Amino acid sequence: MARKLLLTHIDVPGINTFEVYRQKGGYVAVEKVIKTMSPEDVVEEVKKSGLRGRGGAGFPTGMKWSFLAKPEGVPRYLVCNADESEPGTFKDRYLMTHIPHALIEGMIVSSFALGANTSYIYVRGEMMPQIRILERAIAEAKENGFLGKNILGSGYDLEIYVQPGGGAYICGEETALLESLEGKRGNPRIKPPFPAIAGLYNCPTVVNNVESIAATVPIINLGGEEYATIGVERSTGTKLISASGNIVKPGVYEIELGLPVEEFIYSDEYCGGIANGKRMKAVVAGGSSVPILPANLILKTAAGNSRLMTYESLSDGGFQTGTMLGSGGFIVFDEDQCVVRNTWNFARFYHHESCGQCSPCREGTGWMEKVLHKIESGHGSMSDIDLLWDVQRKIEGNTICPLGDAAAWPVAAAIRHFRDEFEWHILHPEESQTRNYGLAHYADPLQPIVS
Amino acid sequence: MAEAEDVKFKVTIDGIPVEVAPGTTILNAARQIGGDIVPPAMCYYSKLEGSGGKCRTCLVKVSKGSEKDPRPMPKLVASCRTTVMDGMEVQNITSPEVVEARKGVVEILLINHPLDCPICDQAGECKLQDLGYEHGSADTRYEFDRRTFEQIDLGDKIQLHMNRCILCYRCVYVANQLTDQRVHGILGRGDHSEISTYIENIIDNDFSGNVIDVCPVGALTDKTFRFKNRVWFTKPVDAHRDCPTCSGKVTLWYKGEEVIRVTARKDEFGEVEEFICNTCRFDQKKTSDWILDEPTEIDPQSVISANHYELFNPPKVVKENPILQQQNREQLARTEKLK
Repeated sequence: MARKLLLTHIDVPGINTFEVYRQKGGYVAVEKVIKTMSPEDVVEEVKKSGLRGRGGAGFPTGMKWSFLAKPEGVPRYLVCNADESEPGTFKDRYLMTHIPHALIEGMIVSSFALGANTSYIYVRGEMMPQIRILERAIAEAKENGFLGKNILGSGYDLEIYVQPGGGAYICGEETALLESLEGKRGNPRIKPPFPAIAGLYNCPTVVNNVESIAATVPIINLGGEEYATIGVERSTGTKLISASGNIVKPGVYEIELGLPVEEFIYSDEYCGGIANGKRMKAVVAGGSSVPILPANLILKTAAGNSRLMTYESLSDGGFQTGTMLGSGGFIVFDEDQCVVRNTWNFARFYHHESCGQCSPCREGTGWMEKVLHKIESGHGSMSDIDLLWDVQRKIEGNTICPLGDAAAWPVAAAIRHFRDEFEWHILHPEESQTRNYGLAHYADPLQPIVS
Repeated sequence: MAEAEDVKFKVTIDGIPVEVAPGTTILNAARQIGGDIVPPAMCYYSKLEGSGGKCRTCLVKVSKGSEKDPRPMPKLVASCRTTVMDGMEVQNITSPEVVEARKGVVEILLINHPLDCPICDQAGECKLQDLGYEHGSADTRYEFDRRTFEQIDLGDKIQLHMNRCILCYRCVYVANQLTDQRVHGILGRGDHSEISTYIENIIDNDFSGNVIDVCPVGALTDKTFRFKNRVWFTKPVDAHRDCPTCSGKVTLWYKGEEVIRVTARKDEFGEVEEFICNTCRFDQKKTSDWILDEPTEIDPQSVISANHYELFNPPKVVKENPILQQQNREQLARTEKLK
């Protein structure tokens, strides 16, 4: 049984209430931090733990915290990014629904470390039940003296507010989130300045993912060094993975980073293999934004090593043969799934969610969607594949925020690895409407590298 | 303090060095050099705080970050919003990557543009036309229906053609920074976001007419000038009047004896020098209302100069040089003969 840090007590009845959570060792981290540690110590522990941002980019959390500007007389803010809306990712919602106090406890620890007296949890608008749950949890924590004025008699004040968003994917981008939190249109800001210098209301701000904030609790309880022993290389600790698609047991799993991908998909402890005895065709390893990989490349790297669930191993080989851990939205496709249709579906999502601020993303995402729809519905021509490739190249890297990249990468990866499936769609327009291309050679062993 | 103000950063843009004050953007440094190396800018407006960064036509490559940190920047950067560092080296037209990216942006800006220049009042002074002419390709690879919007009414002064809009946000900044109440803004998201008022409203403000001048395309045009004439048949003349609300410095656009349009004066980058009020713009359309200064200088590349304006009134340099004067007379004779 692998070690669990966040979801240890997830099966305990009533863990969403303060009493049960407290009985199971909750809020010990808050007591430890407030009574025995200084804010700098907490930052140091998080740095030692090697925790990397769980929202997608994987930036070291401790380093992000140490970048926070600390001018005199200016408030600092911690904002929790709970605007989880990446297709395939649902770990934060799970965490907030079932064990909301883990997030609240993490918020108190993190706010203390950053010296923030007001913190916000920006929750995606569609998650209304979770907003109610969090508000109740905050009220419970307040009743018990863990929030509000003079927490545990230490003189440290903290208020946490839950702010529902409007349900826009773009508001998960940190500067767009801050704009939205200020009550403006959720357009990403042009960086620099970064939020650590001028964020919410022009004050220094740290924006962290729900899971990153919750992970500070086990880091404080165990100590940073102990936490860093879990995992491999620079990928330390545990990670929540939202597994979905054609697997026997979809759901949220907490894994120790460093678990082989093959074990994660096929072992009974996790996904339990491909459903209905089918074979695996492809995997999107970290939410819709990351490149899709065919079965042979997701299980083994191009060099022939077994691929592990870590930031480094999944991105081994760059975008040519690798992908990214991203936000941990693990989508598995079996042999009956159509990659062209899936790519179109993703493109449709990004078209719908583009904020429309900068031109390559605003116009380009719609263009890609239309071309993909044309191919999928059997009206494509061979030049459309090259056109798609060209359009995604014009978007990638030329936009204000990473949404442009996130829209371009899945299209690029689908063409890179599944070009023959696109060509088959174009060459067999009628057949492609009635059946799928199937597994083809995507699960075949990799060709040995010719040096 | 005097010393600190004298600090200058040395920047090299396409191999041309220039010294600029700290805090200058790459675009403004390039504008100090001038010429072909100035990146085009569709959304940036030096008079409007916070503008820029959206259209991505001004992307440049920073091949050397600064003297202290010579690493190049990983991605192309928007030159209008990136400030210079000492020793920075920038590539604009010398970088194939930038030229390629710019071509892509222009193509992308045009895929949903109606390309209705023949019936557009902005034709001839349209930034998107210039941009497409310089960086675009002759054909389109876009084969789908172009996006359209419902027409909305902004009152009797300003005409909105949302189909032509490139969402530069300039008009939003103008309303924010010049007027005391902004009634229009961006509604919607992604490629269906539009400039509109919520709920349907007219834009009526002393300075609202300036949105027409800042609009780089024909999305916001002057209703009082609508379909009156093509700009290249008109003659611009700088004029001024004693206006209680604004500087009163304008350009009058003549067709024969009649003033058919009044706009603010624009500099060589097409940016308004001083914003003018609606009284000057819409109500004062008689020559007797104005004190005429001099003919407006028009870029010889511009289609507006196509009315052979300078032949009848040769530039100063020609007037002073008898050889040039003779050549000018010969050329005029040839042109007349061709007619």
